[in-house]
Parts: sequence; C-alpha cells; structure tokens
Amino acid sequence: MDVFSGLAFGFGNALSLTNLGWALLGCFLGTAIGVLPGIGPALTIALLLPITFKVSATGAFILFCGVFYGAMYGGSTTSILLNTPGESGSIITALEGAKMAKNGRAGPALFTAAIGSFVAGTIGTLGISFLGPVVVELALKLGPAEYFALMVLCFVTVSAVLGGSALRGLTSLGLGLLIGLVGVDLQTGQPRLTFGIPELLDGIDVVLVAVALFAVGETLYLAWRHVEGKQEVREVGKLMMTKEDWKRSVGPWFRGALLGFPFGVMPAGGTEMPTMLSYYAERKLSKKPEEFGTTGAIEGVAGPEAANNAAAAGILVPMLTLGLPTSATAAIMLSAFQSYGIQPGPMLFTSQAELVWTLIASLYVANIMLVVLNLPLVGLWARILKIPTPQLYAGILVFATIGTYGISNSVVDLMLLYGIGILAMFMRRFDFPTAPVVIGMILGPMAEQALRQALTISQGDWTTFLTRPVSLAILLIALVALVGPRLWAVLSQRRAAVAN
Amino acid sequence: MAGRGDTGRLTPEAVPDLFVGLFVLVLGLLCLWQAWAIPVTPIYAQVGPKFVPYLVGMLVVAVGGGLTAAALRGGWSRDLEEVQEAPPVNWRALGLLGVGLLANLVLIDSLGFVFAATAQFVLVAAAFGSRHPLRDLGIGVAVTLGAYLAFDKLLGVNIGAGILEGIL
Repeated sequence: MDVFSGLAFGFGNALSLTNLGWALLGCFLGTAIGVLPGIGPALTIALLLPITFKVSATGAFILFCGVFYGAMYGGSTTSILLNTPGESGSIITALEGAKMAKNGRAGPALFTAAIGSFVAGTIGTLGISFLGPVVVELALKLGPAEYFALMVLCFVTVSAVLGGSALRGLTSLGLGLLIGLVGVDLQTGQPRLTFGIPELLDGIDVVLVAVALFAVGETLYLAWRHVEGKQEVREVGKLMMTKEDWKRSVGPWFRGALLGFPFGVMPAGGTEMPTMLSYYAERKLSKKPEEFGTTGAIEGVAGPEAANNAAAAGILVPMLTLGLPTSATAAIMLSAFQSYGIQPGPMLFTSQAELVWTLIASLYVANIMLVVLNLPLVGLWARILKIPTPQLYAGILVFATIGTYGISNSVVDLMLLYGIGILAMFMRRFDFPTAPVVIGMILGPMAEQALRQALTISQGDWTTFLTRPVSLAILLIALVALVGPRLWAVLSQRRAAVAN
Repeated sequence: MAGRGDTGRLTPEAVPDLFVGLFVLVLGLLCLWQAWAIPVTPIYAQVGPKFVPYLVGMLVVAVGGGLTAAALRGGWSRDLEEVQEAPPVNWRALGLLGVGLLANLVLIDSLGFVFAATAQFVLVAAAFGSRHPLRDLGIGVAVTLGAYLAFDKLLGVNIGAGILEGIL
C-alpha cells in the first residue's frame, strides 16, 4: 500500500464507531494519567496489557496510542499548575509554565501547550505516515547482521549517551539484559539464570518489571523522602490567549515540532534534548527575553511543549518500522505486539498493513480528540491534580497488585515485584535511569536472536559484522557514540592543561 | 569526567556508593556463575545458550568495577542535587509502607485480593500522612472492589477472589 491508499484505508477503519471509542477511551485515560504525578504512559500501558487477551490487536493498539499521545498532553497540565513535571519531557515546560501560572497566566500557558501539542502531534504523525514507508523500504534490505548492529547502536544511545552518566546508564542496561535472559533459551531449550527456581523458567514478565520500576520503586522512594504537607495547585483562571500570545506562540510551535521530530526518529530517542534545545532557541529568538525566568514567557512553554510531542511521535517511527524501541513506553508497546504473535519490524508494514495504517490514522484522530477534549475539560484535569497524595499512592499500589498477581495468581511474582521495586528505589536514589532496564529486557532477547541468525548465515564467521559495510558503519557510529564524548573531554582537558 | 565528587579517595559520604558498586559487581559474578552452570546443549547451535549470558555477565562485572572505582575516588552521590537537598529519611512512612506491602503479600492467597489490597491501601495512605483510617478503609474497599469487578467481569482477569469466592 502506498501512503495515500494506506491512509485512506486507515481512516476508513479508524472512523468506525468501535475504533473511535477505543481512541476516545485511550485519550481520556492517557490525559488523566499524564496529569497525575508519579505515573506515566509506560506504567499505564503495562497495566492495560491484559486486554490483549480479549480485544483485537487493532483496538488494543488504538487504545495504547491514545494513552501515549494523551499522556503528553496531560503532562504539561501538571508542570504548569503544580510545578512538578509529570515526566522527563515536561521538565522544561515547568520552568516557564509554572512562572506564568504564578503570575495568574496559567490559562494561556495551558492553551498554548495544548495547541502546540496539537500542531506538533499533527506534524509528527505526518512524519510517521511519509517517513515510515521510506524507512521500511531501506530496512527490508537489512540482514540479521545489520539488525544486530542497529540494536547495539540502540543499546549504546539509550544507556550511554542520554542521561547523567554513561557508567550508570550501562549498569541499568546490563540489569535489563540480565532480566531478559532469565528463563528457557528459545533455541536450545536450556534454562538460563533461573537459580533452580521453577517459577522463573517462563522468564520474568515485562509487566512485572515495569510496574516494579515505575510504581513500586517510585512510591517507596517518595515514602523514603516523604515530608508532610500539601502541594499548592494553581488556579487556571482565564483560558483564552490574547492576540499577542497567539503571535508569540505560532513560531515556537512550528520550530519546536520540526526540531523535536528528528530527535524522536533517531535511535537515540529521548525528549529531554529537543525540549532543552527548543527552550534555548526560543529564549534567543524572543523579542521579550526579559520575561524568561521572571514572569514566564509564553514562547518557553509553546516551543518545548511542541518539541516534546513531536519527539514522542517520532519515537513511533523506529518502533513501527524497525521494531526498535527507544523509550520505555515504546518497549512496552513492542511487547504487546509480541503477545499478539506479531513480529515487529519492517515486515509489519506489509504483513500487517491494515493494522499499521489504522493505527496511524488513529493517531490523527487522537490528536484532534485531545485538543477538543483538553481545553474544555481543563477544570476536570485540574481537579484530578487535587487527589491527595496518600490516597493516590495507595491506589497506585492496588493497581500494581492487579498488574502482577492478577495475571499469574502467584505470590512468588508479588515477591519479585517488591524485590525489584526495592532495587528501583535504590536506583532512583543513586541516579540510575530506569528506561534502559525496560529497553534492555525487551530488546536483549531480540538482539541475541539476530546475533545467532547472523552467525548461522555466515557459518560462524564473526567477521560478518565487520565485512558487511552497513553493519560496520552502524557499529562504528555506536563506538563513536560510546567513547566519543569521553575522548572529547579528555582531549579538551589536555588542551587546557597545555594552554596553561 | 571530573565532577565535584572526584576527591581522589574514599570519603565517608561515598560509602553508600561503594556498596552500590560492590552490589553490581556481585550481580555480574552471579550472572557469570549462572552462565557457567548452564548445561552444555546436545543440540547443535552456532552460538550456544551460554555465550550471551557470559557477555552480559562480563558487561555487568565491568560496570560494577567502574562504579566501585568511582566510589573509591569519592563517589557520584556528592554531585546529585536531589541527594544533597534531600530531607532526612522518613522511617515512619517507609515502615508503614513496608508493612502494607507485607500485609498484601501474606493475606492475598488466603483472604483474597479485595481484603489484602484494602489492608494495603489503608496502610499506604497512613504512610503518606493520612489521618483518617476509617475513611481510607471505605475508599479502599470501593477502589479494590471496583477494580476487582472491572478486571474480572470486563477483562476476564481473575485477581483471586479468596474468601469472597462465590459471593461476587
């Protein structure tokens, strides 16, 4: 299917009443959990995974994508009204957004964030529609050796390039790879890393790990450092933007979206970098730079928020076309594909063309729903923010129990959940990122499979990774990404020492 | 990278970091041991089941060694703003939360999800400073019962009825 017939078919499907219903439910749920501090789309989709037993793949993925997009919208509400970013991509939004709210301009900040998200989401979805088939075309030419190299690149970028420290990122990745290894080896049937415990033969469930990292670990950490007291939720006030607000927002929306999308598409993933870049760019370009950091500049909300959404949309490109997840949420969606027996990767666009195009069409639909849903309901979202912390976290842990014990009815799983949760609490304290754990756990077994396939094809010749030019090139990029920054630091230090 | 933490020696502040490094090191060694313990497969495979576990084990040992070395040079916690500005450990909250998790663990097989999760709900809410246990009990029953019914009836996921078996 080419892009236009694909989209035509997709919209035909996405606009059916059932699928519209799934999209609406996803958007609503996604916004609500995006608003709630402490829970994000990765956790929500993990908890919703049981529906894959009951609902068709199309319905489930429309729901998941609604949650994914909705959480981006909802996250900005929290950063503006509470000055606590709901997720890493909205840290920057909190900078200016909270300042605007403090000055009674929460309404316009929310408004520009919503429209910016809509503009960026639409540009991002257009990007997916037109870039996706191109990437697939290229990806079909890749063999297992190139795939393995791509996965190595993905491992390096998500763990060593993003975040505070390469060492700590790689530790998280190693932990994820380790968890992914537990269970019966698919090729030879040998049990691995099970420590003789029969419950571990089936491997460790991804839902369990996600819930442990994002719900139990987070709650434990908050209790550890808990200080009694109430957080102040700012009033929304007048929602409408003035003519000047519009004029100052349009540029940042488009610039942010165009900046964010490529960052999402690249295997480095991540939304922090593009939001930060957009913030600095807008501060430079603004006619009123004195408002940044003082009264709150609307450009500083519009740009980063657009960049955040476009980058999030971009993450779907490597996930749908290559089967490479570059964020925790994408990794969990990938495991949902697997639970339907669908192999993600370039074949998806041909073997599951109907599903893919319906999904993409649903992204457009979800985007429109979100902008329509969000602004009138902003009062409701603000009220969700007023759920007191004790009951909120008590509730989150109830759902954590459902997500693990509910699937297996096994107390061993519950112990594993709390064990990994305690580990996650310490990871949080010592600043280890959590996303590489989930990505390593899901991508690790896929990488091992690609490695074995590549070596079977080459009849055990290891040089296959270096003699195939594309594979070699990707591995070299991975190497540069891993050692480049450190080498650069050492060199510039030396140069400084020489200059002195 | 020479952060503020790079003091060139082990400081008292860096002792927790040292434990983290050693923990990761032990984890890597455990992985290597388990990889070694995988029986040799009679099925022919170009890459056997041991290879990747060895590789991952070596990665974890290497980063564990790196973290330990970093801790011996002063650690990284000193550079973390969140740690520096952190309020003292809230043992009351952490303790109540732990009891809540434990209650869930102990009760869920015998009494079932609704009771175990409600007990957990009340204890966790108390951990985060709620002073109305009776009200929390009411909310807890509503949340857990609602969730139970939604998952059981709509999604067909049985969360374990326990002693409510046959009543719901």
